[in-house]
Amino acid sequence: MRSLRVICPNGHLGFAPTRVESFRIGVAARPDCIAADSGSCDIGPVPLGTDTSTSPLAWQTHDLELMLLAARELGVPMIIGSAGDTGANSRVDLYVRIIRELAAKHRLRPFKLGYFYSEVDTADLRRRMHAGAEVTGLDGRSPLSLSELDATERIVAMAGVHPFIDLLQRGAEVIIGGRSSDSCVFAAPAIHHGFPENQAYYLGKVLECASFCAEPYGGKETVLGEVSADDVKVTAMHPAQRCTVASVSGHAMYERANPYYEYVAGGTLDMSSCHYEQFDEKTTRITGAQFARAAEFRVKLEGAGKVGERYVGLVGIRDPYTIAHVDEVIGWARAQVRERFGDTGYELHYTVYGRDGIMGALEPKRHLPAHELCILVQGVAPTAAMAEELCMIGTRQMFYARLPEVKGSAGSVAFALDEVLRASPGYRWTLNHTLRCADPLELFPTHLTTVGD
Amino acid sequence: MTTRKLSTLAKTIRSKNAGVDLITFDVIFSDAAYYQQVKKSRVLTRESIAALYGIGPERIADFVEFDPANAIKFTIYRLIPSGSPGDPDIFGAQQYAPLLDIDVPVE
Repeated sequence: MRSLRVICPNGHLGFAPTRVESFRIGVAARPDCIAADSGSCDIGPVPLGTDTSTSPLAWQTHDLELMLLAARELGVPMIIGSAGDTGANSRVDLYVRIIRELAAKHRLRPFKLGYFYSEVDTADLRRRMHAGAEVTGLDGRSPLSLSELDATERIVAMAGVHPFIDLLQRGAEVIIGGRSSDSCVFAAPAIHHGFPENQAYYLGKVLECASFCAEPYGGKETVLGEVSADDVKVTAMHPAQRCTVASVSGHAMYERANPYYEYVAGGTLDMSSCHYEQFDEKTTRITGAQFARAAEFRVKLEGAGKVGERYVGLVGIRDPYTIAHVDEVIGWARAQVRERFGDTGYELHYTVYGRDGIMGALEPKRHLPAHELCILVQGVAPTAAMAEELCMIGTRQMFYARLPEVKGSAGSVAFALDEVLRASPGYRWTLNHTLRCADPLELFPTHLTTVGD
Repeated sequence: MTTRKLSTLAKTIRSKNAGVDLITFDVIFSDAAYYQQVKKSRVLTRESIAALYGIGPERIADFVEFDPANAIKFTIYRLIPSGSPGDPDIFGAQQYAPLLDIDVPVE
């Protein structure tokens, strides 16, 4: 095999439906593999904490059905990473169930289905910490403390290429992965077929977000990557999109702190010596990527911990005097909450749209509020009943705020809804850390089964 | 010497999460001459960004002039992780707006 061709139809499978036209063009090119990532920590900690997906089941099924039918028709592997947005065990089971149901619905001939889990039991991590393992913080975080671990509801480990390669070696034709590095979903089949890690990891890097490496901008369109012993080529499949030197090199920067380095379990992809050239109208060729294996095998851990149950309220303000004194209005409402619930044991957040609602303290134009404001009130507390009452006080008491010079004395704010609404519970990312592992597979148990018997 | 807004020179000005604790900003030029001009002008530096966003220099995790893509990229630490209660921008996708109006001296 001189080269391996992989198509990626979607940069986050299920989050928004795959666009079918460019996918069909990609399939017609007869790729050797169809792969996509289905998760991200961008969606916040709530889905991991509550063990849910943020993507609707119908969209997940739609995308998996397209890929499964095409892959079985071509007789090539289908590979999915970070199943169901979070890659938690329940999400892997969900995708395995969808694949089984689709196979039955379409009466597909039997095929081998491989899957692996990524969850790390908090008790297991506690044992490792007691045995002296340091759970090292990323991005400025301190090492994990036992109290932060106690506050954690669920942890997933970020797989590299290893469980995917293990399953490919054992003959898996469809793979559903737990939480995994996006790029490894694509690097794994390339490494499995003997292509150098330098090219394989770059192939993954460029394909992971599908058409985000093409121009003009348009998400959810298929791109095709071809890896050889000494280069990677990437081609846009949509008739109106192209992979250009600018779009591909620009994509190297996307969603990472530094454009030159990509860290995965087991090593680092160094793109600082990459050379980009326009190969044909829709294709860019990339050479010079370098993958360096890490001296120590460290795996990234993501963990979510519950803050509390949450209710939200919405408030409007039009009086310019009240707008100028909105912090006093909020202060009044906070004081009423304190009178009822004390100073601690809950969170009360005010997001002031029209002033600094989106940027908070980063907002340089905070002193120039708009002529009307909308304020989102969030009350978070240990029980739903307390969160509801806390949020209700924090919202309704803005109506009664006492401002000395206000002309309107019949109510300081406007309500579109005179109620507070239950929202998802509040969670926070408790883990953004790494753990040293002796064996690349130790956190990622793999399973192989036959579907369609 | 006249000035032009950064938004009239750059093709892309965006912000986005880089993991759960960082927000990264990309300013990408389709015209290499504009990129060089902005680079030379020093309107985008660690110091100017810290001043624009009202943060200390220690909040800036990374700053790179990325020649292969004609781009300037910097990354800041969040004060609370993305999606915590009270975080108004879970994806970090709307933090770039103050960059649009930066005045760039042009010859």
